[in-house]
Amino acid sequence: MAHAPAVAHGGAHVTSTGTENRKLLMWIFLGSECLFFGSLIATYLVFKHQVIERGIGPFPIDVTIDGKVEHGIFDIPLTSTSTFVLLMSSVTMVLAVYGAHQHRLKMMKLGLLSTMLLGLVFLGFQVYEFRTFGHEGLNLTTNMFGATFFLLTGFHGTHVGVGVLYLGSLLAASFRRNGLGRETGEHVEIAGLYWHFVDIVWIVIFTVLYLIP
Amino acid sequence: MATIAGTLAQPTQSGVWSWITTVDHKRIGVLYGVTGFSFFLWGGVLALLMRTQLAVPNGTVIESDRFSQLFTMHALTMIFLAIMPMGAGFFNYMIPLMIGARDVAFPRLNALSYWTFLGGAMILSLSFLFEAPGGGWFNYAPLSERPYSDGLGIDFYVVGLLTLGLSSLMAALNFAVTIINLRAPGMTMMRMPVFVWMTFVISILLILALPPLTVGLIQLLFDRQFGTHFFIATEGGDPLLWQHIFWIFGHPEVYILILPAMGIVSEVLPTFSRKPLFGYPAIVFSGIAIGVLSWVVWSHHMFTTGMGSVPRAVFAVNTMIIGVPTGIKVFNWLATLYGGSIRFTTAMYFAVAFIATFTIGGISGVMHASPPVDSQHQDTYFVVAHLHYVLFGGAIMGIFSGIYYWFPKMTGRFLGETLGRWHFWLLFIGMQMTFFPMHFLGIAGMPRRIYTYDDGLDWGFWNMFATIGSYVLAVSLLFFIWNFFRSMRREPSAPANPWDAPTLEWGTSSPPPEHDFDAIYTVRSREPLWYDRDHGIAAPVATGEHIHLPPPSYYPILIAIGITLLGVGALSHLAISALGGVIAFYGVWGWALEPTD
Repeated sequence: MAHAPAVAHGGAHVTSTGTENRKLLMWIFLGSECLFFGSLIATYLVFKHQVIERGIGPFPIDVTIDGKVEHGIFDIPLTSTSTFVLLMSSVTMVLAVYGAHQHRLKMMKLGLLSTMLLGLVFLGFQVYEFRTFGHEGLNLTTNMFGATFFLLTGFHGTHVGVGVLYLGSLLAASFRRNGLGRETGEHVEIAGLYWHFVDIVWIVIFTVLYLIP
Repeated sequence: MATIAGTLAQPTQSGVWSWITTVDHKRIGVLYGVTGFSFFLWGGVLALLMRTQLAVPNGTVIESDRFSQLFTMHALTMIFLAIMPMGAGFFNYMIPLMIGARDVAFPRLNALSYWTFLGGAMILSLSFLFEAPGGGWFNYAPLSERPYSDGLGIDFYVVGLLTLGLSSLMAALNFAVTIINLRAPGMTMMRMPVFVWMTFVISILLILALPPLTVGLIQLLFDRQFGTHFFIATEGGDPLLWQHIFWIFGHPEVYILILPAMGIVSEVLPTFSRKPLFGYPAIVFSGIAIGVLSWVVWSHHMFTTGMGSVPRAVFAVNTMIIGVPTGIKVFNWLATLYGGSIRFTTAMYFAVAFIATFTIGGISGVMHASPPVDSQHQDTYFVVAHLHYVLFGGAIMGIFSGIYYWFPKMTGRFLGETLGRWHFWLLFIGMQMTFFPMHFLGIAGMPRRIYTYDDGLDWGFWNMFATIGSYVLAVSLLFFIWNFFRSMRREPSAPANPWDAPTLEWGTSSPPPEHDFDAIYTVRSREPLWYDRDHGIAAPVATGEHIHLPPPSYYPILIAIGITLLGVGALSHLAISALGGVIAFYGVWGWALEPTD
């Protein structure tokens, strides 16, 4: 009975499209997330120029007010580094998914662990950045730049944090006696979808906020 | 190894605990339906209070602040706690049956949606014990900001809607996956019943429309709690941003409310006309077109905000275009009736009345698409008349049609036809009496949301008329409730397919067994049961193989309690939030490790 095909489970694993239910759920959920981050980014863009016109700093980029140059608050080399770290975490995530599909469990565990660590390093960079901005006088209430910036990047950071917990749960579960169960590959792959999405969102945020003047 | 637990048969459960832990889509559908109908009655009581106050000039029943809370809570209750959950009740009960499946894709997530909905509904409704929100359901800034609304009312609004949004999102994800993935063999997308199609469109709309609302609510929350100024113009924010965000959600939401009724009517009309739905592809593609176009019309709620002439023209044209697919549907329904061998059951009465009253509301909607006309109508009772023709004459009529139509399937009993006629005619007449005069009042200049008006304005007669109508409406609902309890006391007598309907939910016993179908149908046509009947194909016979059912679980309600406490804590003390977070986290872990087969 232990080798009975999955079909025997009341059709639970046979789907009309052939895509597993949970994977489809994750894809559609990520569609919802696009609108979530889209709304936050749109809010940022709405206030971007208005912040400079009102002239209450700190500003994201260098601004000249009454002939005096106010230096922008963004530290692009620093954030580029943290972006690179997050991008690398996608590479290790791919390795984890590959390991899970190939039943190379050591590779999977190593991949999950390094992805989590890289995610935590990214969060460390973000905490450092938030603290620095705070010391330079930017907080939620200073101006609309502060409000939109902290809300957007804060929610992105929360997503990274949730992702770290998510991967951590998978890693913890993989050490149980039964491992991750019959569908190890699916579980890790779905988590991978989420992780890559959070990564891609950061690329958009980094481009729109930091790189486009 | 894991399969051994799954081979044990589940005994049929009863008792309160079995309802709390149920993951059966039919039971969750009943929970949604009964809860939604209770809130429908409660929202009706709020409306009656307002109509009583407005019956005569200078009324003294309710004072101004309370009146603002009443119209705000009436709208929130009817939209989020009545129409949406009653629709969700039908989705839950019918979608798996109609596509020939044995359950939804994620049974426990389904239970979690319901319990989270109940938690959000409690938060919103219990605000009356403290301070109910009074900023309208659209909750425009800066009225929603401190210091203009300093009490807890707006916070109840924010937390309640965030919780309800989470619940709707989970339900919508579940239904989207169910409809895509769990269709019976042969049930292609273009063979799905229209009700399933409309549910699919609604699910996608919800999945995409809720995030902007969530973002807007979070920004409002930050404004009120953490001192940001997203919607405060004097501090650099923009109150119009709230209007844009709200209506980007709000206009798809309008179609989320009406599309279930359109789906129900598209099932009822063919059954009682004894001929297939006319122009099935046109109706399906019109539904999809409405779903897509609902995203590009939101600013017609904002014609008077000074957007400039180009956006006004664009949104006016878009709004007029959305009338086209709606019109296509109306003509297809009429063509379905044409030449049919019609049986006038109560369900059919409601379906036909839906076409008529919804069309009236639709036409006044096209009037509002024109910015100069809309500038005259904005914030008058004309708009109140329009929206009630669409939501009461449309959504509620459709839902009642569905109740009479599917009642035998859900309970095994028929609702009385004679009492049904009383219910229908009183409701229909009461509805016209209540809402039609509001057109006159609006044109005569009576503004919305005022708590009283002066004697010399000449609005007294039609207001009294509308108030009498609203009481007739209330009486009609008593007939329905009487009908319901009278039927429930009787012995079940309904056969599997009492109406000779064509869709799969009628291919199993009434009420269906816990596993829905003894054997899964193979679908050969858009009207599978009619096709099988006409081609002499017998219903599939059970093969005796074990049918696996998901075991009951208490984790959904546990997580929902955690989520609700998170929200309650945001309104009172953060320690409660922390407790809620711990409960939810524990629930998620238990959920993940719980064996499901």
